[in-house]
Amino acid sequence: MHELSIAQEILSIVKQTVDTKHLGYVKNVKVKIGKLSNILPDSLLFCFDAIKSDTQLKNAELIINQKPVLIECSDCKKISEIEPPVFSCPNCNSINIKMTGGSELIVEEIEVNDIITEAK
Amino acid sequence: MSVITVERKVLEKNDLIAAEIRKLLLGKKIFAINLVSSPGSGKTSLVERTILNSKDKLRIAVVEGDVQTDLDAKRVDQFGVPVVQIVTNGGCHLEAGLVRDALKSLDLNSIDLLIIENVGNLVCPAGYDLGEDLKVVVASTTEGDDKPLKYPAMFRNSSALIINKIDLLPYLKCNVEELKNNALSINPSLKIIKVSCTTDSGIKEWINWLEQKIKTK
Repeated sequence: MHELSIAQEILSIVKQTVDTKHLGYVKNVKVKIGKLSNILPDSLLFCFDAIKSDTQLKNAELIINQKPVLIECSDCKKISEIEPPVFSCPNCNSINIKMTGGSELIVEEIEVNDIITEAK
Repeated sequence: MSVITVERKVLEKNDLIAAEIRKLLLGKKIFAINLVSSPGSGKTSLVERTILNSKDKLRIAVVEGDVQTDLDAKRVDQFGVPVVQIVTNGGCHLEAGLVRDALKSLDLNSIDLLIIENVGNLVCPAGYDLGEDLKVVVASTTEGDDKPLKYPAMFRNSSALIINKIDLLPYLKCNVEELKNNALSINPSLKIIKVSCTTDSGIKEWINWLEQKIKTK
């Protein structure tokens, strides 16, 4: 249950981006969350909404793009999606696999209403 | 309306501090393990047995992570090694920043092995890099044989599995072979060592494995 600290990190990255780029009101924040990153989407949404009190962020909606667990088989070379706790290649059953996706925890992009241009 | 690309890791701040810790420890030739498990599986007991059985060979320091109390630090302190307690006050895992602060209280010039005992929790600590060389997960026989399947991320991210409390097997339904197979199905490269922190069975094998890892750093 560490979704609150994850929500805080997301907000701090968004605030930093808004401040350094002199952006306006944030409409939504898109994050990539891997299925194996131990994050419960509902809980993250709840925490994000509970702490987004900053004026530029108070109407921001968190959009979670859940990413599947992807593996690359070292034997048959196929890339497949797997459903944990099964960690083997669905094509050839090999356990000689490399995880290539599923542990993402990334702020992808933000959508803003308008850009405040710097005063001349 | 405009879309701004960010593409930044949510835990980038933690990862940066973890990289800082890793560099610091490398410079001081300190090998670090991040000890993880559910509460009550015997992490502190393993720390105690490790200190007791390798005191002549390894200079050990311990960072203890707990939600509340310094009970574990007091236990470890009795063995005469440097120990720092981190109290997370409700936090369910250790973060790199907490470990970096704790390291300031230790003399890093006289340590071979740093054991970071994480908060007892098989979920959250899996995602936080603490700058360790490897994660070691403890699972005890009283927890049953299905834990690796229920908490795959932790077992996938660990280098070794210590199966503790094997002395209790005659009284339990836990099937150790099943536990091993479940763990290996999640992570085939996992080193598995069966121990009892009560009888010291398997502790030598664990320390030998650890010493090999320390030598090859």
